[in-house]
Amino acid sequence: MTAAATAAAAPQPRVPTRRITELLLVVLSVLIAAFGYADVGCAIDGRVPADTAEYAAGLGGLALLAHLAIRLRARYADPLLLPLAVLLNGLGLVAIYRLDRATGSSSAPSQLLWSTLGVLLFIAVVVLLRDYRVLQRYAYVFAFCAIVLMIVPVFLPAVYGAKIWIKAGPLSFQPGEVAKIALAVFFASYLASNRDALALTGRRIWFIELPRGRDLGPILVVWLISSGVLFLEQDLGTCLIFFGMFVMMLYVATGRIGWIAVGLLLVGAAVVPVAVFEPHVHSRFTDWLYPLRSISQGQGAGQLAQSLFAFAAGGLLGTGLGQGHSYLIGFAVKSDWILATFGEELGLVGLAALLLVYAVLVVRGYRAGIMLRDPFGRLLSIGLASLLALQVFVVAGGVTDLIPLTGMTMPFLAQGGSSLVTNWILVALLVRTSDAARRPEPPPVPPDPEPQLSPPEPPERAGTHDPGAAGPRADEPGADQPGAAEPGAAEPGTDQPDRDEPGDDEQTQGVPKV
Amino acid sequence: MSPFRRGGPEQAETAGAARLTLSRTARRAGMFSLLLIPVLLVNLSRVQVVQSAHYDGNPANQRAVLARYSQPRGDIVVDGRSVTGSRATGGAFDYVRTYTDGPLYAPVTGFSSQTYGNTLLEGVEDGILSGTDSRLPAHPLLNAITREQVPGGKVITTINAKAQQAAFAGLGGKRGAVAAIEPATGRILALASTPSYDPGGLAGTGPAVTADWTSLTGSAVQPMLNRALRQTYPPGSTFKLVTASAGLTGNVYSGIDVPTNSPDPYTPADTTVPIINENPADPCLDATLRVALEVSCNTVYGKLGDDVGEAGIVRMAQAYGFNQSSQTIPVGVSESVFPTGLTGQAYLALSSIGQYDTAATPLQMAEVGAAIADNGTLMQPQLVDSLTRSDGTPVQSFKPKVFGHPVSAAVAAELQQMMVGVVSSPLGTGGNAAIPGVTVGGKTGTAQNGVGNSGTPYAWFVCFARPSGAAVARWRWRW
Repeated sequence: MTAAATAAAAPQPRVPTRRITELLLVVLSVLIAAFGYADVGCAIDGRVPADTAEYAAGLGGLALLAHLAIRLRARYADPLLLPLAVLLNGLGLVAIYRLDRATGSSSAPSQLLWSTLGVLLFIAVVVLLRDYRVLQRYAYVFAFCAIVLMIVPVFLPAVYGAKIWIKAGPLSFQPGEVAKIALAVFFASYLASNRDALALTGRRIWFIELPRGRDLGPILVVWLISSGVLFLEQDLGTCLIFFGMFVMMLYVATGRIGWIAVGLLLVGAAVVPVAVFEPHVHSRFTDWLYPLRSISQGQGAGQLAQSLFAFAAGGLLGTGLGQGHSYLIGFAVKSDWILATFGEELGLVGLAALLLVYAVLVVRGYRAGIMLRDPFGRLLSIGLASLLALQVFVVAGGVTDLIPLTGMTMPFLAQGGSSLVTNWILVALLVRTSDAARRPEPPPVPPDPEPQLSPPEPPERAGTHDPGAAGPRADEPGADQPGAAEPGAAEPGTDQPDRDEPGDDEQTQGVPKV
Repeated sequence: MSPFRRGGPEQAETAGAARLTLSRTARRAGMFSLLLIPVLLVNLSRVQVVQSAHYDGNPANQRAVLARYSQPRGDIVVDGRSVTGSRATGGAFDYVRTYTDGPLYAPVTGFSSQTYGNTLLEGVEDGILSGTDSRLPAHPLLNAITREQVPGGKVITTINAKAQQAAFAGLGGKRGAVAAIEPATGRILALASTPSYDPGGLAGTGPAVTADWTSLTGSAVQPMLNRALRQTYPPGSTFKLVTASAGLTGNVYSGIDVPTNSPDPYTPADTTVPIINENPADPCLDATLRVALEVSCNTVYGKLGDDVGEAGIVRMAQAYGFNQSSQTIPVGVSESVFPTGLTGQAYLALSSIGQYDTAATPLQMAEVGAAIADNGTLMQPQLVDSLTRSDGTPVQSFKPKVFGHPVSAAVAAELQQMMVGVVSSPLGTGGNAAIPGVTVGGKTGTAQNGVGNSGTPYAWFVCFARPSGAAVARWRWRW
């Protein structure tokens, strides 16, 4: 960011594209994954696997293609998104290969195939979707598709005991995964168009101000249908994540914390009877409260107990790749439980690093959203980023007995094509929005003399928020609303490198008329 | 600093709108999402650090077992030669225990079974043998980081191979046991129990192992019972050594060659049932302690017990190691018992000749012999000489340790004379133990057992030899 700071000092700011940074980070990510792959081979066979180079070339080739696509069509995209996705995907392949060795199966090649499909779709989105705002036009189409995608498996035979799959020949697909993105698009679009109505109008009933039915109705209906379908399919994890995303986007759009509280209370009130009376959910709750129960009942360790054993065996530093026994978890060890392998073999330290990678990815998504002026893009970025954050939390919390287990997969890491492909599309959309957020305007717009130059500003903050830079930067005094919850606001020194991007203009990023 | 500080310019808000801006709510949502990560990390610290030992130790967690059998087990060494080994199977539990002379050393090694656990030395030194003992890594800190599996260490025993073979040969397959101790150090030179079994048969898993276990545990002769350490028997006349020690220490009579003024048969004051001798022809009437020991007079030593009194006998028995509830060598040894709180002289007299409730392990009686042979000093018996790493570097060496001084050197000398007489005197009961050119002292014993003394009597022999020095206690069924 320091390079950007010097660039910002020039009167005619040139926004660095940071494509070189991205390229170097991509190479680093591929090298880390290749090293992990070699390490697994060394630990198990005592030598580097013969196909390490091919594996690295495969992953690297894919990453480079994606990088080229970004170079061509999204020059200003956030340089961290692609490398982090490549790193996670690569580490997932390493873990799957490692578990292949323990279980005698061969899932890594098909996972690499799915990665290829994912990256191709990533490229397609980056190249073909020139302007993400196009999506807003098809908001209801997306909502419809999401619901259809989720309903279809209900009429198909169950796979692994759950009706959430579409099976075609050797391929099986979990449409609920893709529906997540479609729903995020719909929520973003709807809230962007109706947020003023939602936030400013309504009736006060008792102590809370409720929105009018016609404002909240459509989005509520879509959410209720999807949740209902998922509930019937017993896909509680996705259900939970949809709810979380819905709540967060609603809050971001309206700032109504009271609604969130009411929503949470209602859901809580709905969950308690379900947890008590629905046997499937009930057993998940019991497992959560007593993960070692099956042992004391003489039935041996259940999957959650095995997962906890794996994490515990990892300790602080882990056993080293290829030297753990996480395969004892058994069924779905490569998908739902893959985090346990990381926990055992890389330890708490490795997991912390892994979770930070996710954190950075999420932060970058939010950041793209915050930088965008366009409410749709902003809400879309934030929705997608919170989708990622919530999924990481729900999965990691589930396998470590922090929350009841819901049976979902860790984004990018876990075996499973639908999830992988969906997450690549998700990152592609973030690449698009971040590109729009950072892209400078072709004709440098002279500083707008009014009205933004003299907005009411908290007097005590006046000095700290003027970095002294000339040009278009003077018109953004309101960018940093000082708030008690933001420690960074108290450090004027840190502002400078952060504020290198010129503000995007109302003309380009304004709300399009739908 | 907040990661969400780099916002674009805020939109011009509708004038006076008292609602939060998109930018601010977005930042708050972002902070919330980020907060999830530390929550996860706190929980992970709980699972992976705080409670990890709890999960690691759970019996349903197979990791410890998998690690244990993923490398060869350390060996138990007798006379510089490993009497154990490990065999790779290629299965999930890679390495299985093997024994070179299974039955011969079973009373020392015990068994190490993937199905039934570990016993005796295999059990108590399991940490060393399996490589989990915290003292094994040469660089503990480095090992804590690399978490490399430590190869199992070695357990060097004090057993002398020749003595062990001789002990087994002497028992001749009958039910019996031998414990031999080097008096000056307490080192156990031989520890035999017959009939024995092959611990190798129990090492692995599977139906053959289960069948072996069933037949061993179901056998009437209890081959897996370590009779030298884990079973107590009435010591019979061998206990007269302890009674004699108490009498001589308490100066009840003025010497070992003074008449004891004892009747034959001897009827304690509080009973009408007389104590008689094995052979009525024995010269036990008013015999000296020496003669009474040589021919093993119940009457003399029964009366001596009553003359010394309960407190004196108990004190002496405990000085020799009786009534010690948790003796380890380091293998656990069953408690040898001399009853306390006896009511009346009759029971005290019987207990003093090793009957009634008196019960001793063969090892305990070997300790009595060893203390006498070592001029009154009883050394702690020990079975392990040292523990080493797999490369032979020492982890721990066991130094000889004094247990106590049950009798003075003078009393010990008198007892030695009496015991030599048992073997060398024409009347002595231990004539069979004489070895030409070697001074042998001993004491025989025969103990009644069973309801109404209906069981086969137990035959005992406690002895020491000069100059080679071992004190031996042998117990077996009379044949």
